[in-house]
Amino acid sequence: MTDVKNLEDLFQAKIDAEQKIEPKDWMPDAYRKNLVRQISQHAHSEVVGMLPEGNWITRAPSLKRKAILLAKVQDEAGHGLYLYSAVETMGTSREQTIDDLLSGKAKYSSIFNYPTLTWADIGAIGWLVDGAAIMNQVMLCRTSYGPYARAMVRICKEESFHQRQGYEIMGVLAKGSPEQKEMAQDALNRWWWPSLMMFGPTDANSPHSAQSMKWKIKRQSNDELRQIFIDRTVQQAEVIGLTIPDPDLKWNEATQHFDWGTIDWTEFNNVVAGNGPCNKERLAARNKAHNDGAWVRQAAVAYAAKKAGKKQAA
Amino acid sequence: MSQSLFTYTLRLADDLLILSQRLGEWCGHGPVLEEDIALTNRALDHLGEARNLLTYAGQVEGKGRSEDDLAYLRMERQFTNVKLVEQPNGDYAHTIVRSFLFDAYHLPLMQALTKSNDEQLAAIAGKSVKEATYHLRHSSEWLIRFGDGTEESHQRAQAALDDLWTCTGELFETDAVLEEMTKAGIAPDIATIKEAWSRTVDQVLSEATLKRPADAFMMTGGRKGLHSEYMGFILAEMQHVTRAYPGVEW
Repeated sequence: MTDVKNLEDLFQAKIDAEQKIEPKDWMPDAYRKNLVRQISQHAHSEVVGMLPEGNWITRAPSLKRKAILLAKVQDEAGHGLYLYSAVETMGTSREQTIDDLLSGKAKYSSIFNYPTLTWADIGAIGWLVDGAAIMNQVMLCRTSYGPYARAMVRICKEESFHQRQGYEIMGVLAKGSPEQKEMAQDALNRWWWPSLMMFGPTDANSPHSAQSMKWKIKRQSNDELRQIFIDRTVQQAEVIGLTIPDPDLKWNEATQHFDWGTIDWTEFNNVVAGNGPCNKERLAARNKAHNDGAWVRQAAVAYAAKKAGKKQAA
Repeated sequence: MSQSLFTYTLRLADDLLILSQRLGEWCGHGPVLEEDIALTNRALDHLGEARNLLTYAGQVEGKGRSEDDLAYLRMERQFTNVKLVEQPNGDYAHTIVRSFLFDAYHLPLMQALTKSNDEQLAAIAGKSVKEATYHLRHSSEWLIRFGDGTEESHQRAQAALDDLWTCTGELFETDAVLEEMTKAGIAPDIATIKEAWSRTVDQVLSEATLKRPADAFMMTGGRKGLHSEYMGFILAEMQHVTRAYPGVEW
């Protein structure tokens, strides 16, 4: 018991001294469990997030937009790969991690349970969803677990390009025809509140937050990050002439932040519980891809085994 | 001359645009994450080359049509791609075989086009050769894995090959346009491309333990805008947003 206590003290001292924890270092079980949960959720979000965006690749309204969207979704798949690898450094195999997604045991960001109904939704996802994700991800570049922090440095570079291209789509639509502007405003109306929900429950209701802050997995609270996002995005909306769908939004001189309305936490809890507009479709699509691809993966394994056998025989 | 160059360039472009469109359908649904990346990457490469070719075709035509005008505002009778590339994705064996049969043609074509008398086509081909090389490597490696993998993968690969084989004749068809382009030193001799294609096919199928289908009936019509029924749906999906809001910027 004393030994574990000592190890925990050493571990915490290392974190307090801003040293990274590496895969072979001793770490408390709860730290490992917490990170496996968080990184795998993050990986699943990248992969499930390909679905609402992939939905528009074949319908992008210009070839340039199609090319940008293809590149972006390809990046998301790449992020999924780095993150599954980061989970593997903690001793959980990619197969196990993916099985947990497919069975519905593991979560992914609830935002991807909303549908992409018009082209402007691709702009809104880049601007708002990637914009909100970046707030978390920039913080995670300094997270205490080395492989996760390093993956995030690469991911952040690409995400900031994603955010800019989304904002640019919205800007072009907002100064386009009346129909295009309406499309952009409608997308903002639908994606605004779900984007704010991406930061998670309020600090008072966030079960994992305090411990995560102590371990420096997280460095800023959900509410802090949400406020930074709101302050920044309200100004961006103004620049392109779109209106944030919140009647309570008001600049507060005293706090130097925007005051804003209330998140519908019933909706949030519903979507997390599996009752969002697209939860069933998203999981069904991932399961179908996995099942349809089973023979492909088996063929690759069988062929590799044959090759290895031939090499040994030779 | 410029009409034939326009038609020839458009054919090159349409093959790539429609193949890219088909591959884009896979996004998020691939058999393994690495293949999702490979497929979107291929779709992006094909699209990039198609865009260069469409832009050039528009310049050759001289009527002020942009890459988007040519992609989004033509109807299926005006598309000149081969039927091979418009075939549905099917299972992963169909997708891989479709790409393999195309890649084995596309790489030697691009290599030869780098020596074209048309500087613009030569430059576009020069950019494509590197991509076309790894496309062929990718589709060949998978076809070999399927052929020499499990019994199921072997059967699926052979079935896809038998299905799609009748679409390969079109790749090597000649007509007045191609003859004129070849005579002018713009297009390479298609018979030479066919030889290179045939060698690659034999070599890969042999390693994959798959049987080369007999050259019996071959589909035709794509180059003249006579497509399969799939084509209208491909274009409906690709073009509907652009056509619903004419003349705006995106």
